[in-house]
Amino acid sequence: MIRVRTWLGNPWGKPRFLVLFTALYLVWSIVPILIAIRFSFNEGRSRSTAQGWSLRWYTGDPDASVLHDPTLHSALAQSLRLAAIAVLVTVPLGVALAVGLTRWRGRGAGTARGISLATLVTPEIVMGTALLLVFIELLTFIPLGTVAQAIGHITFSIVFVVIIVRGRLLAIGPEYEEAARDLGASRLQAIRLALLPMLIPAVVASGIIVFAISMDDFVISAFLSSGTDTDTVPVRIYSQGRTAPTPALNALATVTLVLTIVIALVGFLLWRGVRAARGQTGSTVGEFAALDAEGVR
Amino acid sequence: MSEPGRRVGADGGRENRFWAGLALPGVVWLCVFFLLPFYVILCVALGSLDPILLTPAPEWNPLQWNTAAFEFVLDNLFTPGAAFETVFVRTFFYVLIATTLSLLIAYPVAYYVARYGGRWKGLLLVGLIAPFFISYLMRMLAWINLLQDDGWVNSVLVWVGILDAPRNWLDGRASSVILGLVYGYVPFMVLPLYAFLDRIDRSLLEAARDLGASPFQAFRLVTLPLSTPAILAGVVIIALPMFGDYYTPDLLSGAPQTSLIGNQINLYIRGGQQVPVGAALVVVLMVFLTVLMGYYLFATARAQRRLGG
Repeated sequence: MIRVRTWLGNPWGKPRFLVLFTALYLVWSIVPILIAIRFSFNEGRSRSTAQGWSLRWYTGDPDASVLHDPTLHSALAQSLRLAAIAVLVTVPLGVALAVGLTRWRGRGAGTARGISLATLVTPEIVMGTALLLVFIELLTFIPLGTVAQAIGHITFSIVFVVIIVRGRLLAIGPEYEEAARDLGASRLQAIRLALLPMLIPAVVASGIIVFAISMDDFVISAFLSSGTDTDTVPVRIYSQGRTAPTPALNALATVTLVLTIVIALVGFLLWRGVRAARGQTGSTVGEFAALDAEGVR
Repeated sequence: MSEPGRRVGADGGRENRFWAGLALPGVVWLCVFFLLPFYVILCVALGSLDPILLTPAPEWNPLQWNTAAFEFVLDNLFTPGAAFETVFVRTFFYVLIATTLSLLIAYPVAYYVARYGGRWKGLLLVGLIAPFFISYLMRMLAWINLLQDDGWVNSVLVWVGILDAPRNWLDGRASSVILGLVYGYVPFMVLPLYAFLDRIDRSLLEAARDLGASPFQAFRLVTLPLSTPAILAGVVIIALPMFGDYYTPDLLSGAPQTSLIGNQINLYIRGGQQVPVGAALVVVLMVFLTVLMGYYLFATARAQRRLGG
């Protein structure tokens, strides 16, 4: 006991207390997820105790498994569909906005920057209410469901693209484009041939972030859903979390988690690849974490 | 770094228009799907209800705005013991406690990884980033599993002897909801704190030590003041979404005694027949959060000034 106390005694000299604290934090943040994944492989119906191992709740059960319960696998399809649309629309829209806002000098630029940053600090329930009411009361030609949800996802994720791409643009500076212009390139050519290739790592990184936050979103998807067939995975977890009779919900969450991580990992490797090809070096994980930190909600 | 847009002269105006044009689609998008909806919230909150269908009838003309819903909300909010007052005070304390706990957890972790991560840094960072790729709702689902009557939390607590019998954790307990909020939001605080602490110039700490400060004094007098802006940013990053949270209490409690302001908004906007009241609640929440943001910007500016930066 005394040894433990002396071991912990000087927290800041040799950071033993911090080692212990960080280790406990990591265990606390990861282990509950691993336990939830373990229950998804239960043979029995319990979601709170371990009961053997099987794939019953993934494929085996003829009614309640992820494969056979349409409300479960359609939720996964809807999540992936929305994330794909969000990445495909938000990234080009956000890159153009970031480049325009960074180079544009004028009265409008500051205001436009302010508006895009305002989306970052707006709680989702506020944005969800705002979009729900606008689609019901004013823009009634846009139906609730996939289209409305996709518009919501694009609206809240655009700012992440702007932050990441703008950070990179400020680091690059305008010299390369100016050199291209001096050598006779048109404005568009200068952007396409000089600027865009240097922005590719930032573009890939923002694509990963948009994908991850779209998969994670709950409030916007729930507010703008038109019914069970446009529910996403988080919406399904919300509506069945307390009442679900089987571990099939855990299985759905596990499949979603694995897919998200695999897709994000492919994106990360792509990012590292294009970054290495552009001759940038340094701790890749560390730099990505810094991007992520700037891009958090 | 030189100023962009150095090409002034005859070409300057056209150049600038070109960049503005590039930003235009994004700006239009945000105006239509972000600014316009806020006006619609106002028009619904200040409109009326269709007497037969009980659907909202927004009032688009500001000259004819009807303040009935606002009066109802504000009256209810400032009468001690009234429903909205109770919920708002509760929300404030839950957010305050959860944010404080998150800071107490996040700071040491971020500090350790930034200063002492060493060759483990990459792996530690993967651990810190991992929760970002696991949906918030799945992380709540994990705790629903653990906190069941026959779940592992009860088994462990009974086995260790802290509890005599399994406790019902998922039925209206503030502690479960606050645990859920901390578990859900703490990663969003760790990462910005890490990014900031990692950038602190070590020579400043060495200078403090050379001038005779103990390691703890160096931390208290150099690192801590330097990281004030990051602490403030981390608090804002997690407190703002917490004020709009309704799914955490719904999933980890589901009882009226842990209902938050977000639950009331969700109830009035999506379930109830009094949408204008819900819209007015959203406006009140926004005003409150704007004041909070204003204080944040003020405090950050003050901290920067103190550091002479």
